[in-house]
Amino acid sequence: MTAVKTETSGGAIEIGGLRKAFGANEVLRGIDLRVASGEVVCVIGPSGSGKSTLLRCVNLLEEPTAGTVRVGGVDVTAPDVDIDAVRRRIGMVFQSFNLFPHLTALGNVVIAQRKVLRRGRAEAERIAREQLEGVGLADKTGSYPAQLSGGQQQRVAIARALAMGPEVMLFDEPTSALDPELVGDVLGVMRGLARPGEGRGMTMLVVTHEMGFAREVADRVVFMDGGVVVEEGPPARVIDDPAHERTRTFLSRVLDPAAARVGETD
Amino acid sequence: MTAEPVEAAAPGGLSRRRRRQLSLGGQYGLFLAVVVLVALLADWDRLRANFANRDVARDLFPDIITVGLRNTVVYTAVGFGIGLALGLVVALMRLSPVAPYRWFAAVYIEIFRGLPLLLIFIFITVGVPLAFGSPAPGGAVGQTGLALGLAGAAYMAETIRAGIEAVPKGQTEAARSLGMSAGRAMSSIVIPQAFRIVIPPLTNQLVLLCKDSSLVLFLGIVLEERELTKFGRDLAGQVGNTTPIIVAGVCYLIITIPLSLLARRLEARQRRGRR
Repeated sequence: MTAVKTETSGGAIEIGGLRKAFGANEVLRGIDLRVASGEVVCVIGPSGSGKSTLLRCVNLLEEPTAGTVRVGGVDVTAPDVDIDAVRRRIGMVFQSFNLFPHLTALGNVVIAQRKVLRRGRAEAERIAREQLEGVGLADKTGSYPAQLSGGQQQRVAIARALAMGPEVMLFDEPTSALDPELVGDVLGVMRGLARPGEGRGMTMLVVTHEMGFAREVADRVVFMDGGVVVEEGPPARVIDDPAHERTRTFLSRVLDPAAARVGETD
Repeated sequence: MTAEPVEAAAPGGLSRRRRRQLSLGGQYGLFLAVVVLVALLADWDRLRANFANRDVARDLFPDIITVGLRNTVVYTAVGFGIGLALGLVVALMRLSPVAPYRWFAAVYIEIFRGLPLLLIFIFITVGVPLAFGSPAPGGAVGQTGLALGLAGAAYMAETIRAGIEAVPKGQTEAARSLGMSAGRAMSSIVIPQAFRIVIPPLTNQLVLLCKDSSLVLFLGIVLEERELTKFGRDLAGQVGNTTPIIVAGVCYLIITIPLSLLARRLEARQRRGRR
């Protein structure tokens, strides 16, 4: 896979005492998490553990109930913060791609550059072509999302986020909606982003169920359950030698689907 | 229906299939009898002279096209344009986080959907001059466009609102996460998709407005401002013949049937293309 070009080196993400409640339902119960500049952190955990909500609090798609989130030194939860300016520096990739269906692949990567960064058409298209080439889709610039496979759509979505020159990238289960044979291409692009041939990699916070990817690429793995961080550490320790029973139970289900099916009671 | 097998062997000992054949035969027979009766009893010469009089029809041209059809198209287009612009504004107000906007939009929609269009026409042509001392601007085109637009906007606002709500929430989230403001995400990402969704219902709305433009009949308008219906009625009165009304009707169908077919095709295409 070709290396993905990034324009800025990564900024750090610092999350302190983060809480989020939807009505009476408290989804995040005090999260402390630091992702250093250029670091890749994978968040794993059972569904409903608050992983996606955590990610969505970082770029304020969900407003935290309490706590602080700092991205590249800026407190994004400050009341006077320019939320649009903050989001410009944070790239987000969604489980369901969320490409704009009325625009071509090129148009998807161009539009926010033009409308938000006020780049000229020629410049925006040049950057878009570079980014699409970087994710291996140089020949798909004129295709509409409906004409692309899921894996191709997700790679366009990554190019779309990168074209804005973000300091950090958030990935919300980027491969969960993909057919198994298409997962590899997307993970390959993410690997190239985390470990470029030269220079420092992108700061990445990745919610994923891909244990192989986490083990290989992550600097740290965070296991969440019930709205709290149960344990965190190097992938080799958290995935291969977890300290907590909840982590062991979760991993045995994820790593061995047959055991999961037997163990599932609900 | 489900009871049929039980009765099948009952009266006359006829099989189900045989009884169905008899029933179908009876229906065809009745149809044929009515056609024959009408053909025999109708006074065809009189009908032809009154409804399809070639001389009367010939005299209608070219004015029924250059004045009547043209004005119908102009009134419809202006009304649709005003209705669409106003409808988009009302739809956005209906979805606004600002409560008074939502209330205003809701009241507007209920009022203009609840009133007969004729009353709105009379309000514009009689009420506005009485209230403001001068008629609404733009002559017949302005007044008709305003009346059709005010009413059409209420229906179109609901259609557009449904279209905007049909665009998945993830689209707005993706746009916002790229740093777009709420308004920018709405105008660049959501509304273009919403319009694709509402093109078929809006086409149907256009057909309705085209027919409703006939209410100009009740305005005091000069000869050159007559549209199809008024043109047909005036001419029918002048020559004492029904043909002008028939020709005017055909002119409407030339507009409305292709538009309806178009709307149906767009709908079918959209159903197939659903992601």
